[in-house]
Amino acid sequence: MILWWIGDAVLLLVVVPVVVYLLRGVLNAAKSIVPSVQAIATVAAAGSKDLDAGALLVRTQEQSIETIAGVANYGGSLDVILDDA
Amino acid sequence: MGGYVTPVLAFAPAAGVMLLAVLLIVLALVYYLVSVIVALWKITKGLDEVIVGVGEIIAKSAPVNDIVTTINAHLDAGVDALEGLLVKKAGMEDAVGLVDGMYPGAAAAGFRNFPESNSVTPPRIGEVYTRGTLTLARLGREAPVAAASPKGPVLRHVEAGSLAARELYPERRQSRPKSLSRSPVIGTDSPEQYEQRDDIGAPRKRMPTP
Repeated sequence: MILWWIGDAVLLLVVVPVVVYLLRGVLNAAKSIVPSVQAIATVAAAGSKDLDAGALLVRTQEQSIETIAGVANYGGSLDVILDDA
Repeated sequence: MGGYVTPVLAFAPAAGVMLLAVLLIVLALVYYLVSVIVALWKITKGLDEVIVGVGEIIAKSAPVNDIVTTINAHLDAGVDALEGLLVKKAGMEDAVGLVDGMYPGAAAAGFRNFPESNSVTPPRIGEVYTRGTLTLARLGREAPVAAASPKGPVLRHVEAGSLAARELYPERRQSRPKSLSRSPVIGTDSPEQYEQRDDIGAPRKRMPTP
């Protein structure tokens, strides 16, 4: 009989608090991840939106080619007009 | 029927407490594990959103590398052509001086296709300008000439323009002397009479006709 009561006491005073403590730690860790993941999702969405202007790089590429072609034409003309040093 | 009766209820309280403890443990397990499941479900939902966003980033940034590489290649070609033309037309020394005058300190880097340009001492192209030009350059904001010489802040001041202009004069006037040397007196009554020229007022000499 005494062993039964000792077992009950251990179960109530040791096992239950330990189980609750461990489970609570797991829950708090899981809950702490949630806002971080949501923040990462927000940042990823914002980063994707920022890259919408990346499509303009195609036009930038075309303009750089046109500009360099114009510079080359001017340079060729200057090479003909100006005397060498 | 007069047999021995086993005292089952004798340890019933202890067993009841045991059952209660087990029940408490099970309830705690259920509560916390369900909460953990809910939290993990939220995490999974958030990670799905992250994966969507990252996928968009990857898709949108995929052509950037090729485009930027192409742009850089064309810009490099333009720089090479302009550097070559500048060196060909102005000479290495003046070309380095011109670039250093426009971008102070750039002469140290030299031209990319002309390694010998690093050893050229850049002439001060700004010295060909007059002092008034340098003053005007100092008055201007971010003027290329004012960036390197003369050093100092921009003199133009929106609220004390006269002070900024007065500071352009030599130090002798900055100390506000009581009397400066007077300007020379000119004219017929001037104390300093210069030699009269005979040819003033006389008919102009004519060259003998052949």
